[in-house]
Formats: sequence, structure tokens, C-alpha cells
Amino acid sequence: MEAFLSSLVSVAFHGLAYGMILYVISVGLAVTMGLMGFANLAHGVFAMAGGYILTSSLQHTSIPFPAALVLAFVAVAAGSVVLERLLYARLYSAGELEQVLFTIGLIFMAVAVARLIFGTLQAPVILPDYIKGQYALFGREFPTYRVFLIAVSGVMIAALWFGVERTRWGAMVRAAVDNRAMAQSVGINTRRLFTLTFALGSGLAGLGGALGAEIVAIQPTYPLEQLVFYLIVVAVGGQGSLRGPLVAALLIGFSDTALKYWLPQFGAFFIYVATIALLLWRPMGLFGRRV
Amino acid sequence: MSALPPAAAAGAAHAGGYVADPRVRWQEWLPWLLAAAAFFAAPDYLSLGARILIFILFALSLDLILGYAGIITLGHSAFFGVGAYVAGILGAKLGVTDPLVQLAAAAAAAGVLGVLTGAIILRTTGLTLLMLTLAITLVFLEIANKATSITGGADGLAGVVVAPVLGLFRFDLYGKTAYLYALAVLFVCWWLVRRLIYSPFGASLTGIRENAVRMHAIGAPVYFRMVAVYAISATIAGIAGALLTQTHQFVGLNVLGLEPSGELLIMLILGGVGRLYGAFVGPFVYLIAQDYLAKQFPEYWYFGIGLILVLVVLFARGGILGIVDAARARLRRRSA
Amino acid sequence: MNAVLETRALCKSFGALVVADSVGFRLAPGARHALIGPNGAGKTTLLNLITGRIEPSSGEILLAGEPVTGLRPAARVKRGLGRTFQINTLFRQLAVIDNVALAIAERDGVAGGMFRPASRQRAVIDEALALLATLGLAEDARARVADLPYGKQRLVEIAIALGLKPKVLLLDEPAAGVPSLESHRILEVLDDLPRDIAILIIEHDMDLVFRFAQRITVLSQGAVLTEGTPAEIAADAAVRQVYLGERHG
Repeated sequence: MEAFLSSLVSVAFHGLAYGMILYVISVGLAVTMGLMGFANLAHGVFAMAGGYILTSSLQHTSIPFPAALVLAFVAVAAGSVVLERLLYARLYSAGELEQVLFTIGLIFMAVAVARLIFGTLQAPVILPDYIKGQYALFGREFPTYRVFLIAVSGVMIAALWFGVERTRWGAMVRAAVDNRAMAQSVGINTRRLFTLTFALGSGLAGLGGALGAEIVAIQPTYPLEQLVFYLIVVAVGGQGSLRGPLVAALLIGFSDTALKYWLPQFGAFFIYVATIALLLWRPMGLFGRRV
Repeated sequence: MSALPPAAAAGAAHAGGYVADPRVRWQEWLPWLLAAAAFFAAPDYLSLGARILIFILFALSLDLILGYAGIITLGHSAFFGVGAYVAGILGAKLGVTDPLVQLAAAAAAAGVLGVLTGAIILRTTGLTLLMLTLAITLVFLEIANKATSITGGADGLAGVVVAPVLGLFRFDLYGKTAYLYALAVLFVCWWLVRRLIYSPFGASLTGIRENAVRMHAIGAPVYFRMVAVYAISATIAGIAGALLTQTHQFVGLNVLGLEPSGELLIMLILGGVGRLYGAFVGPFVYLIAQDYLAKQFPEYWYFGIGLILVLVVLFARGGILGIVDAARARLRRRSA
Repeated sequence: MNAVLETRALCKSFGALVVADSVGFRLAPGARHALIGPNGAGKTTLLNLITGRIEPSSGEILLAGEPVTGLRPAARVKRGLGRTFQINTLFRQLAVIDNVALAIAERDGVAGGMFRPASRQRAVIDEALALLATLGLAEDARARVADLPYGKQRLVEIAIALGLKPKVLLLDEPAAGVPSLESHRILEVLDDLPRDIAILIIEHDMDLVFRFAQRITVLSQGAVLTEGTPAEIAADAAVRQVYLGERHG
């Protein structure tokens, strides 16, 4: 019984860590989709970029770990602004097919670039000593790094929610998600709002990729392999919502971890089947607005 | 409203409709002449040739749903892969070796799967639809990967036995039979698909692509038609998959998942969407380029196809055939 | 007289927002009936309820005396209900004749044929050409809808609906956005519509409404304010206050 209980706690803990990471990465996609109606399948590229920035910083430079995390966020956000201004913005009014193809093209290019620079092996995560080892909590031992990861993700999520609910930027985002034409007519500069929001979402993906590098290995095919999970988070959670994707991400985190632990021979099979069944039941997702 | 570039519609070749002339034009015989000529002129390249023919068939099936009905999918490989594995399991495990029986079984399996999954996913749109198509092909990838006793898992399924076609034509080492067999199957499917896009059903598919709301408002059974074309497309994709297994006598995991779907999309976009022959031009150019470049410059190859996709979307939405059409229109204007 | 279209106590609310408040409404055979009301009065909502794009919270809709309340939009079309859209809802990349032929083929039940070429459907094509000719669009039959001037696109909106040979035709602001120089064409077309079709028109242009309609229903805040002949409506003080006053005052 005690063995089962401790494995249950362990699965819940690791599921929570994975779910939080998945949310920090995917929330940008959910917002981009809700705000701009842009199907950015290349969202995982930003997470991978963040992951590589962290792993290379730790491996090749003396940048301290927290600074490397900040760097992953800032550099990815800045890079995404360049992409958004130069390329994405041209396709806001294009059809869904163009957006899908364009972003698949970006994925292929990013995979190739990553392979050229970093090789095909997964990037090693060299953590500083103070974050290794175990951390005692409620009479149990937990890996310190994951406790840290959950804490940082929690803070980021709280900050994001606060930002959307309480700041001027958040009010503009909410207005534009509800009705873009109306938002424009009351003088919101949607162009700038898009860029800013896109940068924030991409930066969070970069941070998520970096934080989660130890859970989801950073390798060139990362954006291809992780894509389906981001899409599930957004589709199940509901586009343009903040709360829905968190529930969806945590559900995936827990169930994926549990399945890997207890039924490893089935891989992600049940997650896909459960997702299909869930959307059969609620096509608009758990928290999607019904039209 | 429309997901497609203007070049893919009215006025473009083979858009179907009530005033389109359905007769086969002389240019449409060119691919078949080329294919016949290649058989005699390039005997060393017949296995590449068969591969091209198979991917033309696969791209044709995608064009039907993407180019005509406007259904965007990341998971068309599900049907290709299921067709490939059905043929493979029949030939390697169950002793069913007649190629046409394998083909029919693969077509039926993929078709049924098309009806079942189509009925589920075509009630959704946008990102959710994309995700579901992807999830479905990943489900089959998981099954193929884990059910090793039936599928061979990551090692693939070797030793697929394929008897002579019609009991007469043995699959030879040079790939002559494989090439002609694939060519014959492609020809039959091409003829059927061509009939379909020039039919009223085909016209109503373009109506759904252009404006589903209006199709509902004129009383069209939109959902039913979408499921129908999805199933037809799935059937053809299943046939293409079975051909791949039969010509290689092997099937592996690379027929399922996101990558084959993505590559197929690239091939079709490269050739031109919703033009029927874009599905011919795209795989031809792509696979020949891949044969030359991918082995020598694997990293650059991936970068190159990504770049081409981005460039096509930004600057040449009609693909290669779109560029050809535009050039011909310009020439005509100049001579006029 | 029996109404060809009738709504009984039709209600629709989104949460606390009531967009249709017990609407009772009758359309006589061959009627020329206008539905007016200020912006947000629930006119398009009522249209969407009648066509089945949205489901009512309660109440009933009858077409030719038979309830159609739970039926899918397509089934209502089969029973003779046609509509046009306030914002062009066309097959933009298709030829004008295909836009109309798609509707005619659906009505004739030949639209699902998979083998015979569409161009062999002579009956469909001839009917489409004849219909386009009556609307003055014969010259444009092979043009792509997206290439037509806006006024002609509005005519294609009407042509598609007429291709269904509806018993009841719902016109949602047919002249919306058409420059006044071209709007006389729309008016001519409306005047020439077959007399056996009962027409319900939503329109903001009061000149058009008073010229076209024999009866007018005024909606306000989702409910029927009043109904009567154009003269009665023009003289109605309440109408002037909520609507005409705001427009012409």
C-alpha cells in the first residue's frame, strides 16, 4: 500500500511538472490562435530554441543558470518579433492552408538548422549543483530541480493571468479576442498588440522549452514531435482561453506520466484516443465558446 | 473565406464545374507518354519511377480533399500507412499473396477507416480538425510501433510475399513489373478521380471549399458529401500505400505519422493545389530532387524543402503549374 | 388565409441577453412583407431562427402550415425556404453560372452525381442561363464572381436563392452597400420577382421598403412592436419614436 501511495505521489508530482511546462509552452499558441486566428504550427520551434539557448549556455559559457533562463525568454521573444514582422504578419489575412504550409516550412527549416549546429543527439542539460539532488517536502523527497521548475512555472502563470486580467495590455487583448473590428474601432492598435502578444507567447515558449529541457529532451525533431501535444492543449482547452489550456495541459501531464509509469507498452496511444473521444463529445473543447 | 489561392479556382485548369469541358485534352496524355518512354529509356531508374507513380497517386488522393473540398489535414498518412500495413500483413503473415486481393483489402480497410474517422473529425474545423487528423495517424503509428508481433515494430515488416500479377507477371529484380503495375493502377485511379471532379459531386465539393455556409443555405448535405469524399480519398491513399509495400516487399514505420503527411503536403503544394496535375508534377520534381540531393546534402535538403514551402506560400501560391499558367497567359497577351 | 410562414411565440436568449422575445409573425402567400427596426432589434436573428442557423430557446416555426422547428437548415430549404445574406456569401472563385447551377442542381436532386460530367446536366445549365438572363447577368455567366462589381455580386446573391425556386424567400438587406447609382437594378429585380413567391425583406433603406412592401412588421428589442400597411406604419407614433424618428428626425 505504501509503495503504491508513494508511486501515486511521484506520478502526481512529475505529472504536475510536465503539465506546467506544457502549459507555459502552449499558452502562447492558444492566445495567438484566439487573438490573431493564426495557426502557428511552428510554435514548438520557439520552445526548442529556448531549450538550445539554455543547454548551450550552461555547457559552453559561464552564464549562471537563472540568467540563462532569462536569456532564453528574452532572446526567443526578440527573435520572434523579427519573424512576426517580416513573415507572419504577411499571412494574417491569408487562408488557413497558407498558414499551415508556411509554418510547416518553418519547422522543416528549423529542424535542419538545429541539426547543422547541434547535431542529431539530444542536448545535455548540465545543471548547477545547487539545483541537483533531492528536496524534502511533506516528509517525502522530491527532485529539487522539478520543485524549482514547478515554482517558476507557477509564478509565470500567475504573472500572466494577472497581466491579462489586470493590466491595460490584458484588457486590450481580451477586447481584441472578443471582437477585433470593435477593438480597432475604439482605437486599439491591433498591429502593435499582435506583435507584443506574439513576442510574449513565443518568449514563454522559449522559457518553457528551457525549463523543461530535462523533461522533454532538446533535439532537432522537437518541434515535429511535440506539435501534437500543443495542438491538443489548445483544441481541448479552447482557443483564446487561458484557463482551459491549463486544465488540458495538466490532464495531459498527469495522464502521460501515469501511462508511462503503469502502462509503458501503450505509449501515447490512450492520450490520442481520449482526446478524440473528448472532442467527439465537445467539439469546441472543454472551455471553448459555443457559437 | 476560401482557403485556396485564386489561381487554383475558376479559369485554372481542371477546376470542374457546370461549364467545364470534361473531354481529355491532348496535354493530359503527356504524363502517360513520359511514363511509357521512361520505361524504355531509363531502365535503371524504374524503382525510383515506381516510387514517383505511387506518390502521384497518394498526392492525387490528397488533392481531392484538400484542393477540391478544402479539407486541410496533417494526417493523410493514416490511410496510406494502414493500406501499406494491410498489404504487408496479408503478404508476410497471412499468406494472402495475390497482389490485387491485397490491394482490394488495403483499399477497403482504408476506406472504412476514412468513413469512421471522417464522420468524427469533419464535425470540427480549424486547429481542432488539424489536431484530430494528426492524432489519428499518430494512433496508428503507436499501434504499428508497439504491436511488434504483427507489424514488426521499429524494424518493419520484411519478407512481404507478393505473387505474380494476375498469375502472369512476376515482380522482377529490375522493377519492370512493379513499375508497369503501379502505372496501371495509377491510370485507373486517375481516370476515376478525373470523372469525379468533373461531375456534379465534384462541383459541389468546390462549393463547400468556397463557402460552406452558402452550401448549407442551398440545402446541400455538406457533412455527408465531405465524409463521402474523405472516404474516397482515404481509399485511394490506402491503395497507394499498398502499392508501396508491394513494390518494396517491405513496410516500415515511415509510412505513418506527421512526416510523411508533411512531405505529401509539400509535394502537392509544389506542384499546385486543386489542379489535378499538380499532384503529378509535385511528386515528380520532389522525388527526383530528393534522389539527387537528399543523400549528398541531408541537412540542406530539409532546409531547402522548408524554404521552398515558405517561398511558395509567400510568392507562388499556385505552385509550379501556377507559374506555368501565368507564364502562358503572359505569352498569349504579348502575342495578341 | 393560410400563412406560408409563421412563427409562434419564438424566443431566443443568449444568457441574460434576449434577442427574440415571443415573436409571432405570419407571412401570407405571395406577400411582399418588410421587417424593419433599429440596429440590434433582432432582425437577422429572426432570419437565422427561421432558416435554422440558430435554434430557438422556445416557440414554433411553421412552413406551409407544418412545424419545422427542429429541422436542419438543409431540410427547410428542401421545403421551399430560400434566403440571401446581408454580407455576400458566394462561391467567390467559381463562375457566376456555377454559383447558380449548384443551387439548381441541389433542388433537382442531381448534385450528388459522381460519374456523369456536370456539363451534361443540360436542364440545370439551361435553367441557370435563363435565370441569369432574367437578372441581366447573361453576359457575366462565365466570369468569376470575385471579379464582378459589387452591385452584380448582390444580384448573384439573389440569383442563387431564386435557383432554389423557393416558396418563401428571405432577403437580408439585398441593397446593402450598393452605391445608389446601381441600386435601381436591385429594385427592378425585386419588382420583377415571381408573384407566387412570398417575400420577407429586411432593409434599412426606407424608400425601398415603402416602395416594395405591402405590409411592414416593426421589431424593437427582439419583440414585434407593431405591424400594418406602409401607410399605417408611417403614421404610427410609437414607430416614429423608436425608429423613423431616429432615422429621419
